[in-house]
Amino acid sequence: MAFQYVLDQFVSLFVGGLVFGSVYALIALGYTMVYGVLQLINFAHSEVFMFGTFATVWALWLVGADATTAGVALVASLAVAMLIAMITSGGVALLLERVAYRPLLNRGAPRLIALISAIGASFVLSELMGLRGALASALGVDDVLGRYVARSRENLGLPTDRTFTVQFEVLGYGVTNKDIIIVLAALLMMIAADQFIRRTRLGRGIRAVAQDPESASLMGVNSTRVIQLTFLIGGLLAGAAATLYMLQVGLTRYNAGFLLGVKAFTAAVLGGIGNLRGALVGGLVLGVAESLGSGLFGSEWRHVVAFVLLVVILLFRPTGLLGESLGKARA
Amino acid sequence: MSDVLLEIRDLSVNYGHIEAIRDITFEVPQGSIVTLIGANGAGKSTTLKTISGLRKVRAGSIVYDGQDLAKVSPDKRVQIGISQAPEGRGIFPGMTVRENLEMGAYVRRDRSASALAPDFERVLTLFPRLDERIKQVAGTLSGGEQQMLAIGRALMARPRLLLLDEPSMGLAPMLIKQIFTIIEEINEQGTTVLLVEQNAAQALKLAHYAYLLETGEIVRSGTGAELANDPSVRAAYLGGDI
Repeated sequence: MAFQYVLDQFVSLFVGGLVFGSVYALIALGYTMVYGVLQLINFAHSEVFMFGTFATVWALWLVGADATTAGVALVASLAVAMLIAMITSGGVALLLERVAYRPLLNRGAPRLIALISAIGASFVLSELMGLRGALASALGVDDVLGRYVARSRENLGLPTDRTFTVQFEVLGYGVTNKDIIIVLAALLMMIAADQFIRRTRLGRGIRAVAQDPESASLMGVNSTRVIQLTFLIGGLLAGAAATLYMLQVGLTRYNAGFLLGVKAFTAAVLGGIGNLRGALVGGLVLGVAESLGSGLFGSEWRHVVAFVLLVVILLFRPTGLLGESLGKARA
Repeated sequence: MSDVLLEIRDLSVNYGHIEAIRDITFEVPQGSIVTLIGANGAGKSTTLKTISGLRKVRAGSIVYDGQDLAKVSPDKRVQIGISQAPEGRGIFPGMTVRENLEMGAYVRRDRSASALAPDFERVLTLFPRLDERIKQVAGTLSGGEQQMLAIGRALMARPRLLLLDEPSMGLAPMLIKQIFTIIEEINEQGTTVLLVEQNAAQALKLAHYAYLLETGEIVRSGTGAELANDPSVRAAYLGGDI
């Protein structure tokens, strides 16, 4: 019986859900923060994440990590990879703001126009990655770039060893070091982001723009800087999520951002869009629900469970689980 | 330093395709209280927003302390001493009273707790109610308290020129009197005040000099008392008597 299976495997499914949910939550923060200050859904955020997954793999190649790398060397390589992924995703997010949104918003374009621009930017970024081989050969640099541009429309795998050791058992399920690293790293990043928004001067500037952009201007807050900062933070978190995702899944491709993006956006809405802590709650709830749901109905129902959950929760709580927006979030 | 702190010359501002203000000229002397009165939609708020840099100048100039503001960004304007308490208060509803006040000092170079302490003390002495509510979330304050917070927040920037947009809006008469007394006190402490008001009776009592704005143009000017005694002003804005 499926139900019996879920009971037997409950801890395994639950931990698996938490791990995926942490990744969703990290990406969801980027959606929710940009929405908070601009009331704009940055649909290209999924590609910001996707660039991070590639940066992770390429960084590991660059530092020479492979399946034989182990111990301290492996941890150090992954840390470097995460840092490079964060910088890459942060850079892509900044570029996106500069090229796809700022020119429009400065001219007073309606948010709907920016939304179309976001969808367009998403396709462009995804295809840029998918066509990098063709681009490189057109520029005559494909020999130089070698494996970095080879088979650019196919899956790219994490080069390091992905067998993980069990650290401790909970009711018969072995929690691995990977599970612990992913959940802990995601939580730490989110706490750091939350504290930055709440405690620092720049964070207060972000909240001021989210709550009342005109008043924020009157206080001397430079809204362009605040918007840039918001994209940057969202990008850094998406880059970190990308490395954690690669640890968990091991594979990426040029269009890998799409599904993750939709899921993370769902998590943001589920928790209450514009609400930082909502993104965390939404991500974890979504991850656990779809994991348990796939145990109950079969893994092909995974996405169905996720979206049915979204619809049901929004029926009863239209503003999401935590409701309040970033604008009204308390200090 | 000239004794005119703010000088508006032939200023025109569009709102979309509509001309919100047309060719207005006025000045605010150092240390004075100047008021712009007029009906809803006369262009008073647009004038203040333009001074703060939130609206684009179509023609004319704004000169502050001898400096043309045409190329000065809104955040720089706060830095050089122009601070505004906006219409409808515009407080940050999700922040505490303290955080709102700290937002007022956002552009100041020295923002350490010790540097802000005298400013907190000044504001909380002017508005003891804010002291009582210092940890409260600003969205839960009453209308009068929010107005006090908006003015207090503007003072945290240590402005030389304080722009006040309709501080009496939506307040009970008792509270209006109290707010206006405090504005006078702020002025006596050395801050120049440009006050925009629909409540002409109160504003004219307080102001050293006043301008009447009608559909985007200045139609009368004089000392507060002169305008208060002007028959047409009395008829249109003061309900016949004060």
